[in-house]
Amino acid sequence: MKVTVKLFASLRKDRFAVDDFDYQEGVTVGHILASLNISEEEAAIIFINARHGGPDSPLKEGDLLAIFPPVGGG
Amino acid sequence: MESLKEYLLDRAENGLIPLSIQTWAVQNFGLTFSAVEEAILSLNLLPARYQRNQRSLSCRQQLSLFRGKVAVIGCGGLGGYIVEELARLGVGHITVVDHDTFEEHNLNRQLFSKVDNLGQPKVAVAAGRVKEINPAVTIEAVQNAFTGSNGRGLIEKVDVVADALDSIPRRLELAEVCEKCDIPLVHGSVGGWYGQVATQFPGEYTLQKIYSRCSGEGGIEKDLGNLSFVVPIIASIEVAEIVKILLGEGSTLRGKMLSLNLLDMEFTEITF
Repeated sequence: MKVTVKLFASLRKDRFAVDDFDYQEGVTVGHILASLNISEEEAAIIFINARHGGPDSPLKEGDLLAIFPPVGGG
Repeated sequence: MESLKEYLLDRAENGLIPLSIQTWAVQNFGLTFSAVEEAILSLNLLPARYQRNQRSLSCRQQLSLFRGKVAVIGCGGLGGYIVEELARLGVGHITVVDHDTFEEHNLNRQLFSKVDNLGQPKVAVAAGRVKEINPAVTIEAVQNAFTGSNGRGLIEKVDVVADALDSIPRRLELAEVCEKCDIPLVHGSVGGWYGQVATQFPGEYTLQKIYSRCSGEGGIEKDLGNLSFVVPIIASIEVAEIVKILLGEGSTLRGKMLSLNLLDMEFTEITF
């Protein structure tokens, strides 16, 4: 099934801004993070179709997954 | 001798009171700059320094800003610009909290840092700067770290709190204290080419959502550092949010987070 993954800020470095991927049914955000070599710590904010999610969130055909890293400087 | 009110009304030029008149009133009526400023604004006159605010902020709104109380927690990159902009706007009471002193690596972005003041407390330098810019502003400089235990005493009397901290756990403590004190919090943070702003009202727990999965002290800034042009943009958006909260006007980032990517020039808003 097709899932669109959108990466924000520094997560794009050596990866991509937005891309479509084919995943097996039942894939979770955690599986996708692992496949992209993004640690759960680096994926501070996870949104699925504009809804707040987490590593355990399941995905379905056509979903848009957005991932933001933690930004903490002042 | 004429009253302060008569003195001011007699000398207003097109509704404006020049700095020289305000200063004379301070010296000759035995009042503070702040008291004379309140008298001017209460007469629907405007200190001339705010002349360029006039078409965007009415006298009534300028008086609301003057009566506003803001706590700026952290006086590094974000905090310096926030304090500067609030003072120039004429926000009447600013509390600035930071335990730190200026160091050489602050010079790349921190507005109040100078070669000459390395080693000096950031909040003391900030207070001196505010007095130079706008003597009508009351600034309280607290050279102490904000914590969950001293936080309530530092912010309980203010209308809005600005997050200008550089630590995620401290931010979460700040959000918790704001929640307990029923005070809105304007969050900002920066790292590399990136930054974010959010506005949280009591009961919304936006910061807890932003950082719920962060266990470390910092974020991407630990690797990427902080750049001079990112800091004032985020600080300025925080100030815009603060002004709207003080005035009760406009639309804020309440319940949302605005993420700025200045490398790709993408601004993204997400709603929690």
